[in-house]
Amino acid sequence: MRAGGVVVLAVMVGAAAPPPGASSCSGCHGGVSPVPVLAGRKAADIIAAMDAFRTGTRQATVMDRIAKGFTPDETAAIAGWWAEQK
Amino acid sequence: MRVAPPPHAPLPQGEGEHAPSSPTPCGRGPGGGGATRRAILQTTLLSLPFIARAQTAPRVIVIGGGFGGATAARFLRRADPHIDVVLLEPNATFIACPFSNEVIIGERDIAAQRFTYQGVTAAGVRVMPAAATAIDPTRRSVTFSGNQLNYDRLILSPGIDIAWGALPGYDEAAAERMPHAWKAGEQTLLLRRQLEAMPDGGVVVISAPANPYRCPPGPYERASLIAHYLKTHKPRSKVILLDAKDIFSKQKLFQAAWQSLYPGLLEWVSLSDGGKVTRVDPATNTFETDFDSHKADVANVIPPQRAGAIAAVAGVADRTGWCPIDPATFESKLQPGIHVIGDAAIAGAMPKSAFAANAQAKVCAESVAQLLAGSTPAEPRLINTCYSLVAPGNAISVAGVYRPVNGQLTDIAGAGGVSPLDAPAGQRTQEAAYADAWFKTITAETFG
Repeated sequence: MRAGGVVVLAVMVGAAAPPPGASSCSGCHGGVSPVPVLAGRKAADIIAAMDAFRTGTRQATVMDRIAKGFTPDETAAIAGWWAEQK
Repeated sequence: MRVAPPPHAPLPQGEGEHAPSSPTPCGRGPGGGGATRRAILQTTLLSLPFIARAQTAPRVIVIGGGFGGATAARFLRRADPHIDVVLLEPNATFIACPFSNEVIIGERDIAAQRFTYQGVTAAGVRVMPAAATAIDPTRRSVTFSGNQLNYDRLILSPGIDIAWGALPGYDEAAAERMPHAWKAGEQTLLLRRQLEAMPDGGVVVISAPANPYRCPPGPYERASLIAHYLKTHKPRSKVILLDAKDIFSKQKLFQAAWQSLYPGLLEWVSLSDGGKVTRVDPATNTFETDFDSHKADVANVIPPQRAGAIAAVAGVADRTGWCPIDPATFESKLQPGIHVIGDAAIAGAMPKSAFAANAQAKVCAESVAQLLAGSTPAEPRLINTCYSLVAPGNAISVAGVYRPVNGQLTDIAGAGGVSPLDAPAGQRTQEAAYADAWFKTITAETFG
């Protein structure tokens, strides 16, 4: 029945949904060198890189400007989601 | 309860003519092959189990197969494989605008700009080689090639249309003499041929429109690369950029590059200095401004633009010619159930760029999947990154991070901005490498 289907779909979609901001990353980070891949990378590594970009301790071209747009909590959610992707 | 859509048997076709108003995503190539396409379309429609699927699966129709539409279609399938996704796109091949300025100066083959829809089809999207001619937002139906198809949600990604007539003297015939090259394809190659044919000592004149328009830094990248071409091949020549604006994207970076790379070769005439073009004359290749007239050997008119024509047909474009949207879901503020993404949308601080269209498409696809499943999409964050070449292998960038504030996509304070003015040359080279990687990545994500 359709109503049951909707409930199932909601659960499925909700589980897979990227956190705010995460889906934009793959515009650049898709596996073409020299831009590093994010999918499957350890969340802690992504968080550390974003922190370093945000605070200016790591040399950057655009990532310093982008990292400043995300709070540590938002960054952690994005990193956790990318770590789960294949 | 949802009313089941009617069976989707093809409607009787008159002579099956397409109306001239069709979606025109970037890079719409030449038309033609109508009869064959129609035959294929009929076969495709008849061979698919429409009725059986319509009872159980929600349907999303996507109009326009550019960076926005093709991405949205593929990501809808990824977000929820139960959704029946139909992409309407009349062209078998997409021709990408980013990097087409390198094609104009002979540094890149246009073949590198071409993409097919095989990867979109492979993602489970039903790609229909057709242009939508009518949209009924109340009945939630789209008409194309004499067929009518119902949707649960519709995503429009029609790109831009040239606002013919907005600049006096500039019509479709004029564009054959004074190309715009603002939709990649034949126009790109026409401008390239004209540049190649121009004798040394010639004058190239480019006119840039007022905001908003596709690719805000595009006119300045083009002027830079044409200056590079002239410096390399025809050093006694000159490029003049007549501008309807006083300020523009990455301005300080471009102007610094022009001073160091192209002194005396590239002249920018701002609005305040009389740069606004009020009329063009294709018979004499002349641009008229309030106080002056510029005769060109090669004339490139970047004209005023508006959302692709299907946006007005759907009733989602406002008096500006562009489409107001909800910044969280990209649903039209004028027509419920229709979402608008990419260049056609009024996306607040987000520029009309391929990166933005692709980023918006992913957010919109996720939102649509969630709305169809009865859940509420979270407030999104979006990113844009745009590279411009000031010379081959020498790039600058602008980036931004956006969130909805008071119904508009707004820059997140403290984030974003342009490349540093004093960056070492190595960084410009590095950004050019990133630009190249970006194009490969985003086209792979969009087209598969």
